Amino acid sequence: MKRRTILTGAIAALGLATGAALADGHAKTKVGFVYVGPVGDGGWTYEHDQGRLAVEAEFHDKVETIYQESVPEGSDAERVITQMALSGADIIFTTSFGYMDPTNAVAAKFPNVKFEHATGYKRNTPNVSTYSARFYEGRAVQGHIAGKMTKTNKIGYIASFPIPEVIRGINAAYIHAKKVNPDVEFSVVWAYTWFDPAKEADAATALIEQGADVILQHTDSTAPLAAAEKAGGVIGFGQASDMAEYSPSPRVSSIIDNWAPYYIARVKAVMDGTWESVDTWDGIAPGMVKIGEITDAVPADVKAEALAMRDQMAAGTYHPFTGPLKKQDGSDWLADGEVADDGTLAGMNFYVEGLTGDIPN
Amino acid sequence: MDLSAINPILLVASLMVAATPILLAAVGELVAEKAGVLNLGVEGMMITGAICGFAIAVETGSPVMGFLAAAIGGALLSLIFGVLTQYLLSNQVATGLALTLFGLGFSSLIGQGYIGIKPPSTEKLDIPLLSDIPVLGPILFNHDLMVYVALALVAAVWAVLKFTRTGLILRAVGENHDAAHALGYKVVRVRLLAIMFGGGCAGLGGAYLSLIRVPQWTEGMTAGAGWIALAIVVFGSWRAGRVLLGAYLFGGVTVLQLNLQAAGMAIPVEYLSMSPYLITIAVLVIMSADKSRAALSAPACLGRVFHASS
Repeated sequence: MKRRTILTGAIAALGLATGAALADGHAKTKVGFVYVGPVGDGGWTYEHDQGRLAVEAEFHDKVETIYQESVPEGSDAERVITQMALSGADIIFTTSFGYMDPTNAVAAKFPNVKFEHATGYKRNTPNVSTYSARFYEGRAVQGHIAGKMTKTNKIGYIASFPIPEVIRGINAAYIHAKKVNPDVEFSVVWAYTWFDPAKEADAATALIEQGADVILQHTDSTAPLAAAEKAGGVIGFGQASDMAEYSPSPRVSSIIDNWAPYYIARVKAVMDGTWESVDTWDGIAPGMVKIGEITDAVPADVKAEALAMRDQMAAGTYHPFTGPLKKQDGSDWLADGEVADDGTLAGMNFYVEGLTGDIPN
Repeated sequence: MDLSAINPILLVASLMVAATPILLAAVGELVAEKAGVLNLGVEGMMITGAICGFAIAVETGSPVMGFLAAAIGGALLSLIFGVLTQYLLSNQVATGLALTLFGLGFSSLIGQGYIGIKPPSTEKLDIPLLSDIPVLGPILFNHDLMVYVALALVAAVWAVLKFTRTGLILRAVGENHDAAHALGYKVVRVRLLAIMFGGGCAGLGGAYLSLIRVPQWTEGMTAGAGWIALAIVVFGSWRAGRVLLGAYLFGGVTVLQLNLQAAGMAIPVEYLSMSPYLITIAVLVIMSADKSRAALSAPACLGRVFHASS
């Protein structure tokens, strides 16, 4: 009991100290990042780290950044985030869906530290913000290219965890592949990991052996592209990062996450004392999602259509989830011309009509 | 669900690829255990081989050099275990476990600079005529060299243990080290060589993962393959043939469950993911269920400390 009192005292003192230091504007702003994979994964975590480096480049000696790689989702994450908060971080970015509860739990204990959780939806205390990108806009472009490019009409999809973000991606890709190629079929393999090259390579190989000649991935490593290259005649897309070392083929395009502008803006807000809890969900228009270069392996007309779709989404004249759309069980979802609302998209837990298989629980 | 989408020929071909790392590690461990040494460090030696092979292949641009380095790396790591258990008489179980933990940490230290790098690719052997035979061609004659090396190693280990004087000495050391010592055989030297052979094989298995099967380096990429190799040796009752069967069974179910998933099988993913472990162990346990014979097949001095004065 006594030890706990001392610890609480220490935390309070630390919180006071950082608060005071910031107020007089002399000390550096300390920015923490928690990563789910290694910074060298060439995908998701790599792009977050690029954002961190952009923050350093922007503010030079006014900031100090710290990061921790390969932090498992779950209770281990809580320990890491607590440690970061104790070490005097002013703002902490936790960059994976599975950090949602740990982030909120730690935030409740450190009211003076700002927390930013990527891809989640819980903001239990006023010092938590959430931010995410509308990756499904990029998935729509991928689906279009995939539907046009497939010769076997089979598209393999390596999914990570059955969470709304991943299901949105599958639906968006399927809708747009189906639109240009009514015969297209999707095979989904659930890898239950964000980053495990061995598993991802095995999954890609199994899909290719069953005749898939386009591989879409929602896992972070380049292993599926390596498997596609080995098989030959199979194309894929860069995930989260450009993965340009596999272009012009098998990597024919990519979705690039661009976190730098957001990170710079949020760190600036902490420095100015204007930080507030917000829920950010940006897409192609503000530049949080980018479409990587479409290579010459894609015919010119397909490329032009894909770019046109991208521009329409950027201009706000086209939404990837526009009716008429039905759910997998045949029930109506969106009427003709109706556009999906953000609430439904954020909690999406169903396939659209035409997809086969069940979503695991 | 569309099971017709699963191509049995490709399935068997990729089963052989999936089984190769475990097969290599298991056959090495078989030799060590036949000499009476229980080395639980297989996982650590595999992952050390994986990064040594990867690093050298990237630096030299040659996968062959990579595999050589992997075997040397694995053997050197196992030498630590050998010195500790054979000269300093430490407990084999504890030392082996420590070796696994050490190998995992050591490999991620060396591997820091190699994350996300693409290794030089290993060509498949396309044996002209033979690989064109329908059905058998793609299954048997269209792999990379290491698949055949692994098979040749199993055959060689089987033949050496069964027919040669070397094999007899090795088995004698494993069955009764005091008697072997009395006959004038160098028990410690034989065991050290067996340990290093085991380490070299485990290293090759690890490099097969990082250079061919994935091919990429990541921390902890062996993901328990070393433990499966250990289990296969025990449940395969220390016989080369059954070790081969166990490894192919494990590889086969691993590949099959992914194919079933891709074909939309209505079995929950969680059951499919655990199936390779369950089925392999179950089959091997049933095969070695005859207790009297199973007891005979274990080397009598397995895991026991030998000191010449005792």
